[in-house]
Amino acid sequence: MHSLIRDIFLRHFKGEILNKLDDSAILAKISEKYTVSFTTDSYTVNPLFFPGGDIGKLAVCGTVNDISVTGAEPLFLSCSVIVEEGFETAALEKVAESMSKTAKQAGVEVVTGDFKVVEKGKMDRLFINTAALGVSEKGVETGINLIKPGDMVIINGYMGDHELAVLLARGDFSIKSDIKSDCAPLNGLIQNILRKSPGGIRFMRDPTRGGVATTLNEIAGNASFGICLYEKEIPVREESAALCEMLGFDPLYLANEGKVIIISSKEAAGGILSEMKKHRYGKNSRIIGEVVGQPSGRVILNTAAGSRRIVDMLSGSQLPRIC
Amino acid sequence: MKYLSEYRNSAAMKRLAGAIRREAEGLGRSVNIMEVCGTHTMAIGRYGIRKMLPGSIKLLSGPGCPVCVTPGGYLDRAIEFSRLPGTVIATFGDMVRVPGSYSSLEKEHAAGNNIRVVYSPLESLDLAERFPDKKIIFLGVGFETTSPAAAISLKEAGKRGIKNFYIFSGHKRILPAMELLLKSEEVKIDAFICPGHVSAVIGSRPYEFIPEKHNVSCVVSGFEPLDILQSILMVIRIMAKGEKPRVENQYRRVVREKGNRRALALLSEVFEEADTEWRGIGTIEKSGLVLKKTYGDYDALKEFPVKVKKTGEDKRCICGDILRGIKNPADCILFGRECNPENPAGPCMVSSEGTCAAFYRYGNGR
Repeated sequence: MHSLIRDIFLRHFKGEILNKLDDSAILAKISEKYTVSFTTDSYTVNPLFFPGGDIGKLAVCGTVNDISVTGAEPLFLSCSVIVEEGFETAALEKVAESMSKTAKQAGVEVVTGDFKVVEKGKMDRLFINTAALGVSEKGVETGINLIKPGDMVIINGYMGDHELAVLLARGDFSIKSDIKSDCAPLNGLIQNILRKSPGGIRFMRDPTRGGVATTLNEIAGNASFGICLYEKEIPVREESAALCEMLGFDPLYLANEGKVIIISSKEAAGGILSEMKKHRYGKNSRIIGEVVGQPSGRVILNTAAGSRRIVDMLSGSQLPRIC
Repeated sequence: MKYLSEYRNSAAMKRLAGAIRREAEGLGRSVNIMEVCGTHTMAIGRYGIRKMLPGSIKLLSGPGCPVCVTPGGYLDRAIEFSRLPGTVIATFGDMVRVPGSYSSLEKEHAAGNNIRVVYSPLESLDLAERFPDKKIIFLGVGFETTSPAAAISLKEAGKRGIKNFYIFSGHKRILPAMELLLKSEEVKIDAFICPGHVSAVIGSRPYEFIPEKHNVSCVVSGFEPLDILQSILMVIRIMAKGEKPRVENQYRRVVREKGNRRALALLSEVFEEADTEWRGIGTIEKSGLVLKKTYGDYDALKEFPVKVKKTGEDKRCICGDILRGIKNPADCILFGRECNPENPAGPCMVSSEGTCAAFYRYGNGR
């Protein structure tokens, strides 16, 4: 997928801002006082409804979070919906209601949209695209280039719940569980910690597809630093851990939709952590690792067993164990 | 008992590693211990167990990954099955990206042929019931851990009167491969760590011919780091005390000496032993399971005669040597360069239990 983006789209669209492939495009040229962030994302999750959320909630949270992790405050959303002919109106109503509720909770407004119907059989029920605009005052800057050895890696809670909830909701495994998606808008949490410690935050990213491991590899990938994680500190819900063991999944690679990785200075870490724990989406926040000088470009794990190993990017997708 | 944390207790692991170190010093020579189970390969990588052991103990990885030992010809035949009208190939996810001689199930799926990933053979039986106009062919791959499930699905098919369900058996037995490795003497094996879940089915008794005929100890091991370390300690202790090699069962909480009677009965009802080809190793006598004649109606090989060209695997791929424990993934010129999880040259890299996949993921080779 990465190579298709690079070889086709980047080649045609050619642009300095796009080439960065950040979570949101940061449009510094627009205003004297404010930096504007702009992002878009499409949602094709299956099934449409799952414990803890649905495609609508996901479409708002995902895009709100992509703006928030750049340090900007999300303000306006567009919403483009494509449905298959014959899709139940009641379900469409539920999705719209969920989007409205989530947008209200996040304090963002859906200001423009589009709606299309496609011939039956030509697509899979419902797809949503959302785009968002956000602003931050000039001077609030984050970036991978600001990260240094000694910085701390923080996460706001349990990993892996979203992907497990969706997988179980597909009905592929006959397993009953109370695991719910962690899908949530994180702009409130992030704005709080930015206010508390504006200079202390080096970089933020939401660990969605491919999980925390993939996100950290994207950060450390071509950098002059590495990241060392402490397995004992990584928060995984007991039920999720048990499910991972049964199915042969590694929670480090499971997608999240209500999590943010924050890389902060060592001095600011303690204050940021206590501020996060005050927020509803940060109660189980933990410092899970630190930035190191060596090995550069790599993510390593100090295992709970006392050994060390490399944590690589996710290749393909995780498949349940055969035996 | 919260076994997840207790069997991964780092203080206990350090104590076991220390005990292994002391016994190994007393033994005073180098030792090769081979495991023949993909889950062991992965666990050893995931918990960094090699780094906890003294340099005199070498952990070798044998042909324990069922996907890895499936020959290219099997995959080519499955691909030909998928090209027949009205067929649906039901397979474990790992098989989908394994390269055959000229295609893969993933590529066939992209070309419009019907390939479905299932998590158990019973799931593919449900597919057959739901789509009576389709012919569902389940790719039966795996050792004794998975073959009982395939056997049950055939009995269920009979009970439910399902006539459009077939199994293409690629099931294998691990013991003949272990014996072949010992006889071939290509690599010196001082002891085996035996697969915990295979042993849950077959028991610990079938391994007894190994110390009796070959003077090599076998320890049946669980999959947590404490299990594996304890098993290694048990092996080293037998050697350090100069005791006669024997079979020991470390995985007592799951494995009984006589195994699982019901599973074994099911297997002997449905399957019979046959000579079968192992990728990278060649044909091993009585190492495979084929459907008995009484279950012939469910045999994909009988129902779908297809022509398959002679296979030609990438000659630079050394999966075969790796599966026999002679070489390391790091010895392969393709490893990490042309061959990686995104673009696997051979099954050892694409399977989630493959030695090359384990080395790539957990960095043992770097």
